[in-house]
Amino acid sequence: MFSGFMVNAWLVATMVAIVGGAVGFFVVLRGSAFVAHAVPNGSFAGAAAASLVGINTIIGLAVFSLGGALGIGLLGRRGRHDVATALTLVFMLGLGALFLGFSIEYAPEIYSLLFGEVLGISSTELAPTAGLAIASLAALAILYRPLLLSSIAPETGQARGISPFRIELAFLVVVALATTMTVPVVGTALIFSLMIGPPAAARAFTVRPHVAIALSIALALVTVWAAIALSYQTNWPVGFFVGTISAAAYAAGRAWTFTRRGASSARS
Amino acid sequence: MSRGASTAPEIRDTTLAAQGITVRLSGRTILDDVSFTIARGEFTGLIGANGAGKTTLFRVILGLQTPTRGHVRINGDDRSRRHVGYVPQKFLLDPDMPVRGRDLVGLGLDGHKLGLALPSRSRRRRVDEMLEAVDAGRFADARVGQLSGGEQQRILIAHALISQPKLLLLDEPLANLDLRSAQEVVRLLARIAREQRISILISAHEMNPLLPVMDRIVYLAAGRAASGTAEEVVRSEVLSTLYGHHVDVLRVHGRVIVVAGTGHDEHAALEGFADGAGAVEIV
Amino acid sequence: MHQVLRAIVEPGFFSSSAVALAAVVGGLVALVAGAVGVFTVLRGQAFAGEALGDIGAAGGSSAYLIGIAPLWGFVGIAVAAAGVMETIGIQRARGRDLATGIVLGAGFGLAALFLYLGTTFDNTTGATITILFGSIFALDKAILPAALVFGALALAIIVACYRPLLLSSISPELAAARGIPVRLIGGLYLIAMAVAVALAAVTIGAILSTALLIGPAATALQLTTRPARAIVTAGLIGLGAMWLGLLLAYDSYDWPPLHHGWPVSFFVVTLVLIVYLSARILTRGRTRR
Repeated sequence: MFSGFMVNAWLVATMVAIVGGAVGFFVVLRGSAFVAHAVPNGSFAGAAAASLVGINTIIGLAVFSLGGALGIGLLGRRGRHDVATALTLVFMLGLGALFLGFSIEYAPEIYSLLFGEVLGISSTELAPTAGLAIASLAALAILYRPLLLSSIAPETGQARGISPFRIELAFLVVVALATTMTVPVVGTALIFSLMIGPPAAARAFTVRPHVAIALSIALALVTVWAAIALSYQTNWPVGFFVGTISAAAYAAGRAWTFTRRGASSARS
Repeated sequence: MSRGASTAPEIRDTTLAAQGITVRLSGRTILDDVSFTIARGEFTGLIGANGAGKTTLFRVILGLQTPTRGHVRINGDDRSRRHVGYVPQKFLLDPDMPVRGRDLVGLGLDGHKLGLALPSRSRRRRVDEMLEAVDAGRFADARVGQLSGGEQQRILIAHALISQPKLLLLDEPLANLDLRSAQEVVRLLARIAREQRISILISAHEMNPLLPVMDRIVYLAAGRAASGTAEEVVRSEVLSTLYGHHVDVLRVHGRVIVVAGTGHDEHAALEGFADGAGAVEIV
Repeated sequence: MHQVLRAIVEPGFFSSSAVALAAVVGGLVALVAGAVGVFTVLRGQAFAGEALGDIGAAGGSSAYLIGIAPLWGFVGIAVAAAGVMETIGIQRARGRDLATGIVLGAGFGLAALFLYLGTTFDNTTGATITILFGSIFALDKAILPAALVFGALALAIIVACYRPLLLSSISPELAAARGIPVRLIGGLYLIAMAVAVALAAVTIGAILSTALLIGPAATALQLTTRPARAIVTAGLIGLGAMWLGLLLAYDSYDWPPLHHGWPVSFFVVTLVLIVYLSARILTRGRTRR
């Protein structure tokens, strides 16, 4: 399980988990679950476009991730944020339908695009994935303090000169970068599980932000590693394990919160 | 009409100077030629009913709303927002957030700077001192979203103060507090104003809890303002001119009650019911 | 005149039974989705609506693969998912979205598994495509009665709960103060939405399901604040977008590059978005009180 082509899988999965866990901390903090779902799902149109034009899938994914993220940010500036997210998502998927309709060759890869194909990662994909991972983490580190403050108490942040709109845009771009690199491993359909389950569990177990981020990354690593190992053994799709283990992590976090606080306050 | 009966600005060490602030939005005049000054270490109450324009005035001071006319100078500087601490009225903090009060206060020091904070002993010490100063040490390490309203407010006050602003703005801090908590907050703020020579501007729709500690009052009605000491401003003649119709000012057991007169009352203003029960007893 | 009509509408459009069926089913779905969607937007539950569509679609295709009629699979699984979301039972918007996301993720994971177990590699792709994009021109006539029933069911729930639903959507506190069982209403609504969305997903695909749920309703709410008017407007916008999209898709049969037509999904979604953006621009600066 640890030799040959599997090494690539472990390496990429590790990078994915680190980025997913770190970005996921803020996804959960900001309540951006829908965005974390919409950006990668919509980016699949980019993969279709890339295949149509004949360029690398990652480029297509990146362009459409960023486009979708910016679309959500701009559209959601005034007016409902969840409406903006939904409409941007379906528009990109509509474009994806169009591009798929233009090509007859692309179809077979849809399954792996949706659910991940970590075992098919080649060595040439390692470098760009690592590059995107570093870029995402660097962006997150740079934004850390104003992002944290604006996420916790936007009004006070605004009084200190942190524009909530600009922070939101910047964060969306980070989500776009993060999901672009993670899609080949976990798939567009499931990367957001990784960005929600482990961080939601982590925040239940600790109150300190730094510890919560570290724990979120750790839980994401455990999730992805277990998913790969189980997938290797059973041949079942990695995405299935990621989805279910993330759900289990989330459930554990909720259960802990429930017992810690008592039923009534956990319902709020 | 708004000229306040304020003392000549040149004599006082002025922290904030508002000059002719007018704000018109969607055809409505929200603020009309509002002028007043706040001196160093002064405790000023911005009193007005809901909808009188208090929050809009705050937004202008914070630089979040551009006035149609007029300007605000803070410490003589037009754009310097760093000197203003701000405690908003509503702060819905997520109860599940993995953030302690201590962390939020720490962000008051450097939350606006990019990058990660290097852990430093002096930073920790300053946070501890600030928490002590607002008497929040007890609950500083609990999940901030699970604190009571009053406790969260103290954390936010500490957050606003830790960057050592010259001016602290609080938007209706007493609105949802019980009487006892309100008195504690007012005492705390008065002490801070005195000891640290920080100017404080509190907005409220009920002036009585602030009367004992207010140095000056800016009374806002129908978008117009009168500023000065409470004795100078809270008088029938002054307020009637502001409101545009006759109001009576009654003083009862050290409390002030503003009552609309009879007659054509489009904007009847009834304030000062200290117990909120709607009954006035003059004994 | 005849020439103009010929130019806009390709021959055979009005006589094709496939088109007729698509128009009837699509129109029905658009009306139901528009009505239900007004509450979805009011309640800020767009994510739940989208998630239920995806889950329903994924579940439905899995059901098909193990031999259950797709429509029942769609609806059953969507309602079950709604039940799970409701059981997790978080009322605050942020927490609710997290729960939605987790259920969606688990649902996708299961779908991935079923698709893998139930098919060969090639069929996986076909099933996946059909899930997302629907196959409106290839519907089975037998779906019409079922569609009517489910559509009527969703609308019936909305109508039955109309006033408490409206109040609790606008202000849960006020509703609770008046003795309305907010959680029960919320649960019933979620079921209505699950039924409507599943119906849409099985007939016109998960993408269009979300588009017709959210877009027309959001547009209508920009243009009017009266709920009844918003519901009617949303239904009409959805209907118009659906039928125009069908027409354009039919017309596009000869268009490049592959001369097998452009997808209905693309046309309808683009139309919905254009209408929404137009409404945004038109109402810009207008203060709606």
